[in-house]
Amino acid sequence: MRKDKLVAALLQAIALSALAGLMIITVFIFKEGLPLIFRTGLKDFFFSADWEPGKGNFGIMSMIIGSLAVTLGAMLIGGTLGLGMAIVLTQFCPPKLASLIKPTIELLAGIPSVVYGFMGVVTLVPIIRNYLGGPGLSVLAASIVLGIMVLPTVTSISIDALKAVPRSYWEGSVALGATRWQTTHMLMLKAARSGIVAAIILGMGRALGETMAVIMVAGNALEVPGSVLDPVRTLTSNIALEMGYASGEHREALFATGVTLFAVIMIFNTIALSFARRTIRQGRGQ
Amino acid sequence: MNPKIETKKLNLFYGNFHSLMDISISIPAQSITAIIGPSGCGKSTLLRCFNRMNELIPEVKIEGQILLDGEDIHKPGTNLIRLRRRVGMVFQRPNPFPLSIAENITYGLRVHGTPEGQKPADIVEKSLRGTLLWDEVKDNLNGPALALSAEQQQRLCISRVLAIEPEILLMDEPCSALDPIATDHIEDLMRDLAQKYTIIIVTHNMQQASRVSSYSAFMLMGELIEFGRTSRIFKNPGDTRTESYISGRYG
Repeated sequence: MRKDKLVAALLQAIALSALAGLMIITVFIFKEGLPLIFRTGLKDFFFSADWEPGKGNFGIMSMIIGSLAVTLGAMLIGGTLGLGMAIVLTQFCPPKLASLIKPTIELLAGIPSVVYGFMGVVTLVPIIRNYLGGPGLSVLAASIVLGIMVLPTVTSISIDALKAVPRSYWEGSVALGATRWQTTHMLMLKAARSGIVAAIILGMGRALGETMAVIMVAGNALEVPGSVLDPVRTLTSNIALEMGYASGEHREALFATGVTLFAVIMIFNTIALSFARRTIRQGRGQ
Repeated sequence: MNPKIETKKLNLFYGNFHSLMDISISIPAQSITAIIGPSGCGKSTLLRCFNRMNELIPEVKIEGQILLDGEDIHKPGTNLIRLRRRVGMVFQRPNPFPLSIAENITYGLRVHGTPEGQKPADIVEKSLRGTLLWDEVKDNLNGPALALSAEQQQRLCISRVLAIEPEILLMDEPCSALDPIATDHIEDLMRDLAQKYTIIIVTHNMQQASRVSSYSAFMLMGELIEFGRTSRIFKNPGDTRTESYISGRYG
């Protein structure tokens, strides 16, 4: 019995240490970043595009717009493709083929992001430069690369959501004469709605947080993009690019960028979790 | 008497398993026919042949004929959507869709289109009145269907089928998830509906079969043993196996 208690205490300590790690990181980032945001002023920090650390200008608007543009683009590409794949794999394709394709898509998650970036630079960027114009390193290139990177997240969570819909719904619909496609869009997508929203939001969080691949293909120019062919710098790229030589206020400003990112991703994940919980409850018929 | 739907030498295989053997049965119109028999005898499988729901299961092979108003439902070019409109199905567990009450009723209309000159709202009312659910839900038509009681849900599922004006109603143990009082209500409803529809009900409940049906079919291990008027089958079975099942010796 004494041994049991010892093990329980040990496991508890390990579990708590993970939590403590998160707490320490959070406190540290906010402690380093928040003072600068308030010193600069919320308006001059969030709504100014002047980022000149040497002159004491710390406006991150162009990077916020950059991050949002790239994330939105990634979701338009990856979200649509991922949801489409989930629909095909759960509703239309023979189960045996689906059980072969799903792990293959999930394998995409295991490829290091630098490889995606490299592929983007070598193949995608020249194509965009030659056929569409601009420098090639652009919002579009980053959106396509990120779109592929979020596919496994969006696809596999959407598949789980669609599979969690009770088969009796599907049978009821088919027995009323509905075709597979009618059943899918009139019933299955509605019944799995909250899980699909969770999949999209988690995908967005992943796109927003990705750094290496984006640095390699987005061009990193400090300007508000005028079209999808313009280069952009995202919040994450900014931190990674300048961390090496930043000191003093500049360093604080990078932490402040981190605070912004942290807050946005936390909000996304909280929304996604609450949707995911709703799906599980519905699955139990409550 | 003209049969509404009949099978001729119907055989069904799940892979290598011979599930239905040479079933020939003629089901009369505007009456209730009960299919009885022990679990696994193939009664649900037979029911699901009538609206071709078995084809959704992989590795099912069907031989023989099923005639609806004299026409083979497996004939190439048969409109499956129209077939399932004419032959509606109510399931064992109430399965209302996770939509509003009204949307559950209009679901079939969105699939098949609303008949000309009719309004969806009127069809919702008529279908819900048809199962005596209207007065209970008329103030809450946009409320979630899943919030209804089990009996109300089953009534809603029947209304949902009535909304597309079928000719035949297939019911697969429609009362097995309900309490005795709710079962009583659904049985009353079935007797009512039999004025207009041809009802085929699968049940493992012998009392239910004798209470509601005019005709009974007894199945055993994939074979149709006996078919005839319920009063005759229950009082004077022609086969010893029917007799021993009805008297409760096995099953």
